[in-house]
Amino acid sequence: MIPVCRLVDLPAGESVRLDTTPPVAVFNADGELFAIDDTCSHQDASLSEGWLEGCLVECPLHAASFDLRTGRPTCLPARKPVRTHEVHVADGMIHVRLAADAGATGEGSAA
Amino acid sequence: MRAITVVGASLAGLYAARELRAQGFDGRLTVVGAEPHQPYDRPPLSKDFLMGAGDEGELGQLDQLALTDPEEMAELRAEWILGTRARALDVRGRTVVLDDGRTLASDGVVVATGARARRLPGPPLAGVHTLRGLDDALALRAELTRGPRRVVVIGGGFIGAETASSCVALGHDVTVVEAAPLPLAAQLGPELAPVCAGLHARGGARLLTGVGVAGLVGAGSGALSAVRAVELADGRSLPADVVVVGIGATPNTGWLAGSSLAVADGILCDDGCATALPQVVAVGDVARVGGVRAEHWTSATEQPRVAVRNLLAGRTVEAARPLPYFWSDQYGSRIQFAGRRGDGDTVRILEGSPEALGEGGFLAVYERAGRTTAALAVDRARSFMKVRRGLAAQENQAHQVNQAKEYV
Repeated sequence: MIPVCRLVDLPAGESVRLDTTPPVAVFNADGELFAIDDTCSHQDASLSEGWLEGCLVECPLHAASFDLRTGRPTCLPARKPVRTHEVHVADGMIHVRLAADAGATGEGSAA
Repeated sequence: MRAITVVGASLAGLYAARELRAQGFDGRLTVVGAEPHQPYDRPPLSKDFLMGAGDEGELGQLDQLALTDPEEMAELRAEWILGTRARALDVRGRTVVLDDGRTLASDGVVVATGARARRLPGPPLAGVHTLRGLDDALALRAELTRGPRRVVVIGGGFIGAETASSCVALGHDVTVVEAAPLPLAAQLGPELAPVCAGLHARGGARLLTGVGVAGLVGAGSGALSAVRAVELADGRSLPADVVVVGIGATPNTGWLAGSSLAVADGILCDDGCATALPQVVAVGDVARVGGVRAEHWTSATEQPRVAVRNLLAGRTVEAARPLPYFWSDQYGSRIQFAGRRGDGDTVRILEGSPEALGEGGFLAVYERAGRTTAALAVDRARSFMKVRRGLAAQENQAHQVNQAKEYV
């Protein structure tokens, strides 16, 4: 489990990037927490810097959009999913459990 | 329409094929491509791909460039004729003639033939490259991996700057020659163009501005002599092992000679990508839409939706009004620009500072009469995105107002 930050430090609509390998982005989508691989599967861009709307995040470089619940792209230019990771909150701290498989499948579960 | 031919199998051509199927075209779809490759993405060619980044090897890298996959190829139900150029379009725009003599009878044609790199006059020399397609990038990359070289990049535009940046990262000695007093001044304006010039200096490339190239000097024997130096208009000579020519591109319209399409630095189209023939539309780098030819990745991906809609309707029912947007990665910094900057616009820095680029970049907007016309960001993707969305909303609103006026 990787500590992310305190829950109060990630208000709704905000995101934070974890400097893991590969980097992971954690989002607070209207109160629900999600973690996905931070790098857009289309080209090198940080999804934590993207536009969050509901459970979708739009890549800041080419406007590919991903569903935070599944990691699947919902529009072009991305065609491959990003991995999702488990998020847990304990004692007011957010933690992320990285998906075990290194290969991106997009089938992981979201918290 | 029963048969539609898309001429050009790059970004815009693929997006046109996708749109045709997405918008319900159920007939025979043929896509013709001059290159032997399936559609691939070009922006990485001057960046990660050129540097051979990643440990997945060349095949993995080619896979990263692929714009489509076997599943989608099957869904598109198109016939792909790759490695073959179109030679002509008949005067009514109904038949596409290929280089191998084949003819494709078509009820509709999407022209997406793109543009080719402009070259310097003179005989070809070994070591001189342009960078536009995959084969260009493979050839240049092969040369750059043979140990430290003296590289001269001619042209300080985006391709030139990105290539120079990649060459520096590979450990080469790099000089960029730009004929204008400042690179990218036309795109970014005189206030902010110096930022990009500063990136070269910070990154470790020499930048020579305000001087043209008189010619290339070659030496050696064999079939092809090798480049030795770049001679400048002011008499200076720059020793060079590798020369990259990045001086712009020419739209591929030669094959349309003899058709009735009007060509002037691109195929002339109305605001909806329609040519003078209602059954022929044009998209991407080759298209001059409503007076503007935009060589941008986003134009190539956004125009096909409107172009296909108008093609299937048989007349222009919708205008293509994408907000101009481009980005560039140089020396570890990401530059993003959106909007329509005009000369005389006022520049306002909203975040960070152009003087302190290493410390988090900056966000600037261009303003005219109290309205934001464009935005430029270096390493500020998140806040840039908000401004870009605002600009797009403003543009849509203005467009709707204009349309309403037309009906009054």
